[in-house]
Amino acid sequence: MDINATFIGQIVVFVILLWFITKFVVPPLSAANAARQKKIAEGLAAADRGQKDLDEAQARANDVIREARERANQIIDQASRRSGEIVESAKTTASQEGERLVATAKQQIELETTRAREELRRDVARLTVATASKLLGREIDPAKHADILNQLATEI
Amino acid sequence: MASEHGQSPTEYIVHHMTHNSVGTGFWTWHVDTLLMSALLAFLVGFVLWRAARGATEGVPSKFVSFVELILDFVDTQVGEIYHGDRRFLTGLALTLFTWIVAMNTMDLLPLDLPNNISTALGYHHAFWRVLPTADLNGTIAMAIVVLVLVVSAAIRAKGIGGYAHEWIAAPFGAHPLLWIPNLVLNLVELLAKPVSLGMRLFGNMFAGELLFMLIALLGMAASSATGVLSGGAFFIGQVAMGAVWAIFHILIVLLQAYIFMVLPIVYISMAEEHH
Repeated sequence: MDINATFIGQIVVFVILLWFITKFVVPPLSAANAARQKKIAEGLAAADRGQKDLDEAQARANDVIREARERANQIIDQASRRSGEIVESAKTTASQEGERLVATAKQQIELETTRAREELRRDVARLTVATASKLLGREIDPAKHADILNQLATEI
Repeated sequence: MASEHGQSPTEYIVHHMTHNSVGTGFWTWHVDTLLMSALLAFLVGFVLWRAARGATEGVPSKFVSFVELILDFVDTQVGEIYHGDRRFLTGLALTLFTWIVAMNTMDLLPLDLPNNISTALGYHHAFWRVLPTADLNGTIAMAIVVLVLVVSAAIRAKGIGGYAHEWIAAPFGAHPLLWIPNLVLNLVELLAKPVSLGMRLFGNMFAGELLFMLIALLGMAASSATGVLSGGAFFIGQVAMGAVWAIFHILIVLLQAYIFMVLPIVYISMAEEHH
């Protein structure tokens, strides 16, 4: 257990190993470790952020869906109201049109009736004149007896 | 085993206690200590460097994870003791821990393995102690480096003037009459650290090695015993005690490396404290 020059050599070996390890071993390992820790921390933070974003998006989506549902209900209400109105107005229009048609038809009928009556009257007058002239054996001059014929026609 | 070479127990112990050395007097160099420690330093450095090269912020390989585990353990220990920028101290602690574990582990090699290797290589009875930490030069060298680091940490923290003032003014007081007692006490305190550090590791490993040798003597007694019964008893004794001591020694190997790793950090953090 004598101390001799060996310890000088041992100091040299130790210092070289110490230098090597502090310079080339610890820094890269520590750096990698620190970087990994940072990465993991960032990953966890990102996961948290993602979860929060997701929650917010969910809430927003729910809002949008609720709004859309309300809007749809509104539209449906409006449409049914509008359709009711349309049906009502169509009914009104149709009955008015019907009445108008009926009125027109009545007028037409009256007109036709009047015309048929006039024609009948003329035919009766002509037949009467023809029959009377045959009975009397002579020609009745329609111009001469126009007053009689007219009187007859109005009586028919 | 050793009786094959016709050694007495004393010769066997002395043979295993003798360094392979060159030079004389102070300029004696323990070739075995230097070569083994340098070899292990290279091995430790290479393994750690491979891990450092494989370091990634993604998923590390199992090997890199293992080294990171050690670094993390060391860094945690340092962080509990030292509150400040500990990048260098973590490196120091990692160096001490890994290198000392590697060197201490040499104690678990079979005692006669180096002798058998040298015999196989043709060097009969060559001296070769594989355990650099059972050589006081090896442990004191590390302790001296630690001492230099402690003093430089103190000077960096307090300045030359502040550190010199502490030498003469602490712990008793700044009165001129107390300068000498302060100086003496500080010198003792300063030198006690590396001496106790170096001696503790050396003592533990030397004792462990010696005990392995004594246990090995049982095997020697077994091979030279006259009766089969006594020979068998010696053999069983060697195997049982050798196994028990080797298992217990694994604890000592790690424990002493841990102590030698933690104490320098304690010393350095103490040196930076102001009195």
